[in-house]
Amino acid sequence: MRGSRIGWLGSAIGSAVLAISGPAWAQDTIKIGALTNLEGPFAVPGLDGHRGVDLAVKLHNGMAGGKKIQILKYSSDATPDKAVAATRKAVEQDKVDIMIGPLSGDEGIAVKNYSKTHPEMVFVNGSSGAQATTLQDPSPNFYRFNTEGAQWMVGLGDVALAKGYKKMWLVAEDYGFPYSQVQGFMASYCAKGGRVVKKAWVPLGTKDYSSIISGIPSDVDALVVVLGGSDAVNFLNQAEQAGIDKPFVGGSITVDQTVLNYKGKKRESLLGTASAGPMADGIDTPAWKKFVADYKANFKDGFPSPSLFAYLYYINTQAVLLGLDAVNGDLSNKQEKLKAALAKLEFDGPAGHIKLDENRNAIGDTYITEVAKAADGSFYNKVTHVVHDVSETLGLPKADFQKMGLGNRDVPNCP
Amino acid sequence: MNSSASFWRWFWVVVIAVPIAVFIVWANITNPRQFVSTLLNGVTLAALYFLVASGFTLVFGLMRNVNLAHGSLYLFGAYMGWVVGDATENWFLAIAAGFASAALVGFLLQISVFRFMQGQELRQTMVTIGISIVLADLMLWWFGGEIYSFDPPRAIFKSMPMLVVNKYPTYRVVVLGIAIVIGLVLWWFLNRTKVGMMIRAGVDDRNMLAASGVNVQRVFAITFAIGAGLAGFAGVIGGTALSISPGEDTRYLMASLVVVIVGGMGSIPGAAVGALLIGLAEQFGLAYAPTYGVVFTFVIMVLVLAFRPTGILGRRAA
Amino acid sequence: MSAAQWRRAMNSSAGGNAWARPAGASASSPAVVARAASTPPVGASVAFGEAIRAIRFRHVVILLAVLIYPWVATPFFVYQIGGQALALGLIALSLTFLGGYGGMVSLAQMATAGVAGYMVAIFGIAGEAQGGASSLGWPWWIAVPIGIAIATLFATFVGWLSVRTEGIYTIMITLAIGVSFYYLVQQNYSIFGGHEGFNEVHAPTVLGANFSHAIPYYYLALFWALTGYFFIKYLLRAPFGVALQGVRENARRMNALGFDVTAHRIAAYSIAGVLAGIGGVLMVWYNGRISPGTVGTGPMLDILIIAVLGGMRHPIGPFIGAILFVLVQNFAIDIIARERFNLVIGVVFLSIVLFSPDGLLGLWGYVRTRFQAGGVQLKLKGRSVG
Repeated sequence: MRGSRIGWLGSAIGSAVLAISGPAWAQDTIKIGALTNLEGPFAVPGLDGHRGVDLAVKLHNGMAGGKKIQILKYSSDATPDKAVAATRKAVEQDKVDIMIGPLSGDEGIAVKNYSKTHPEMVFVNGSSGAQATTLQDPSPNFYRFNTEGAQWMVGLGDVALAKGYKKMWLVAEDYGFPYSQVQGFMASYCAKGGRVVKKAWVPLGTKDYSSIISGIPSDVDALVVVLGGSDAVNFLNQAEQAGIDKPFVGGSITVDQTVLNYKGKKRESLLGTASAGPMADGIDTPAWKKFVADYKANFKDGFPSPSLFAYLYYINTQAVLLGLDAVNGDLSNKQEKLKAALAKLEFDGPAGHIKLDENRNAIGDTYITEVAKAADGSFYNKVTHVVHDVSETLGLPKADFQKMGLGNRDVPNCP
Repeated sequence: MNSSASFWRWFWVVVIAVPIAVFIVWANITNPRQFVSTLLNGVTLAALYFLVASGFTLVFGLMRNVNLAHGSLYLFGAYMGWVVGDATENWFLAIAAGFASAALVGFLLQISVFRFMQGQELRQTMVTIGISIVLADLMLWWFGGEIYSFDPPRAIFKSMPMLVVNKYPTYRVVVLGIAIVIGLVLWWFLNRTKVGMMIRAGVDDRNMLAASGVNVQRVFAITFAIGAGLAGFAGVIGGTALSISPGEDTRYLMASLVVVIVGGMGSIPGAAVGALLIGLAEQFGLAYAPTYGVVFTFVIMVLVLAFRPTGILGRRAA
Repeated sequence: MSAAQWRRAMNSSAGGNAWARPAGASASSPAVVARAASTPPVGASVAFGEAIRAIRFRHVVILLAVLIYPWVATPFFVYQIGGQALALGLIALSLTFLGGYGGMVSLAQMATAGVAGYMVAIFGIAGEAQGGASSLGWPWWIAVPIGIAIATLFATFVGWLSVRTEGIYTIMITLAIGVSFYYLVQQNYSIFGGHEGFNEVHAPTVLGANFSHAIPYYYLALFWALTGYFFIKYLLRAPFGVALQGVRENARRMNALGFDVTAHRIAAYSIAGVLAGIGGVLMVWYNGRISPGTVGTGPMLDILIIAVLGGMRHPIGPFIGAILFVLVQNFAIDIIARERFNLVIGVVFLSIVLFSPDGLLGLWGYVRTRFQAGGVQLKLKGRSVG
């Protein structure tokens, strides 16, 4: 009995000691937490996000503002709860100075809300692209140096009309990010006379599209497909088998590297598909080519070309490093100098010029692309033209945009 | 009592059948192409569900083992089949590999783990849950989160002409054919072979089977191997239709669960009936009411549980 | 042997080793069944007096430790480790109660907790969701009881669906129900907010204490965890609890003795539903939000893992399991590869089920009997003999 009594007391004291102590930190190192998804549906892109962070730090020589940069890595699984839990651990337990992340749209909204409980530090986005993060109750210390889902589709509507697609049918997953993408596409498409006769919203993770495909009207000119990853692969496969031979217009993650590189028969039917996004494999500028070369040189196990997530995490990290340089690493007084510097930061990333609007969301370039075949037989997205300085009002006057509201299943509508 | 019971039965038949009949008529008038297409899709999806659920219900029927690792075995067979198919460029070998690898895992599990937990159903189920978590993460680690597709012979992967809808994916009809063949093979195996007879006897009364001198452990091992092998086989077939990725294991486990709950636990014809109901419900839901299509299947499950708890063709176990 | 000693001995073996009991009538515990039928109900004052006398030194130490914990630990440890463990432990307690003592392992406990959480978000105050769902904005002291009430109704419904089938089907059916709830809240936008769920569901500030801060939240969770724990302990000695264990042992015999087996089982689900509902409210206040991800298959299985980890032998089991689980979840990323958390927890779970089905409590009991005087006689206790 006495043995167990000591045992209880000892374990109680031991765990108390563990709880009190926290990791010590050096004064001349700045700790930055990087949160992506290493589990769940975005596990593979998440890894590329970390690569983007690492590349940015490496190209900055591991230092910023005269201090050494230490990256601490965190993982979530695309559920907002886990994202907040990981962020809380980074901020409260590991005491990071700056937080970069998360990856997916809904996680971004949750982390933005969390950032309001810690107004003394800077939170920068990873790759999350939901409009609501910065358009609805923005947080004064959450910065997003990448454009969001709706901004990524600006200009694609005009391209579709130029190709003669006057009537289109749309399929997209039923959650926040595709809503934004569809709004970005339809904002100009509808305004200039295009018609989307039906929007087929499918539950996230649907594999079997055959019934949806059977509902495609025969008199539409083209299909708008805003699906990601394996959903897109399945849809395209099944559409081909069902004898649908209409051209596609793709969302930003519909014809990106993860889809073009899937292991199986190459999808010849994808050639020529138009899409849009904040970057493309085929950008022709020296800055982009250098970025790709650096990525390839540093990551032998990465993709043939940096993915969307690598790029987005890269520019957000680069912004943090540039901001630290501007204030000489001064994080005192609730990081107020850094916050001011970031708010007015403007720089040239690998894919164009970036600056922030009044909600601390990026104003940047959108690339309109087409799928083409490279000399070595692999598929890539060739750039057809660039839309500069796209803001969150999607090219509409601010009053019109506010009247439209954020994208959801019924907004915008032009049947 | 008798007349009131049969009144209620007629009442429910009318309440369910009439709206369905009205719907069928309406759908055929407005868009016959979509209706026939959805009907075909539902039947072919049901074929795939039957393939997956048959193994699950076989194992449950005989050994009362709710194998929640069934979905992981599906995915495991699919990945193994892909590896072999990729190496040999032969889709048929991939199918064989899928079946064999999953069957082997099932066999090993039975003789090394479950054999020692005879009678502890809850513990066995917990073990299967643990195995499914471990297997799922191991496969994610090894194969990554990318999408894998198979490369079946071109002939069966195009479209074929079909009445009303003009063009229909050939492969789905092939899956339907395979499911019918497997169903017949299972029927033959269970009803015309000695081992099958032992399995049926074991489902009815396990203790009597042991008492009559049969090596029950051997029968169990064979049954688990076949059940698991069916999962792996279905993995390759399903993976060809709908590509493989992590998360498929949970999806097909859920499908098997619902099919078996609806159709009857431990009954192969029940699995067929359940699969048909669920496949049709899912496809019609997706086509005509996409937002809530997924909920239809579970509404059916709840209804079956409320009125016939052991499933449509299920029997109370001994 | 006095009546109290006999009752204590019967109680400890009745709660023991839920796994090793083969199905069927052969291995029932006649003692428990007989006791349910013949023992007069234990009066509340008698039970209370017995409880006071049963307090040991270790109980006092643990109670003191959990009370002063927030003052010695960092806010992170208080909130993310302590608070979360208590809330999860409460939900897992509902599963332990149903599974360990009622013989019905229900995987729908997280769904029940989710129902309560969603109802608090819908009836109470929450942020605007992009999908279009909005909350009614009622004050928390209306929204929370409504949430728990609806969760209990849901649990009763699940119970009604599950109890007409045999024990092992319960897992299948409750798993399917839990997953269908997940799909429902993911697909429905007008009420449940779809994939995004509800944000900004904050705990209220009552009498100056803001319950979204670490220390007040911890005490709130501790209060409810202790309430749940003592309630279950009391219930297990009361006629209902004893009858429930009798039903677990041999339902047919209990039926013959005149107990309404189905009613007992459904009532057990309802009680578990209340516990899970309270846990669900704690969870939604802890996270400050709720979404389909909170009630998906991962969290559903996590509750099962927690319950099994700690051991289903005793109501303290789920809390021990929750503490261990939360520690591994937060610190595994520092010790092994970040992305292999699931593998670690799966292997731990598998080992526990294979080698120590009573979880950590079983291990502890085994270790104690090995190192105690008179070990031979006590060793038999760990392996229940009928």
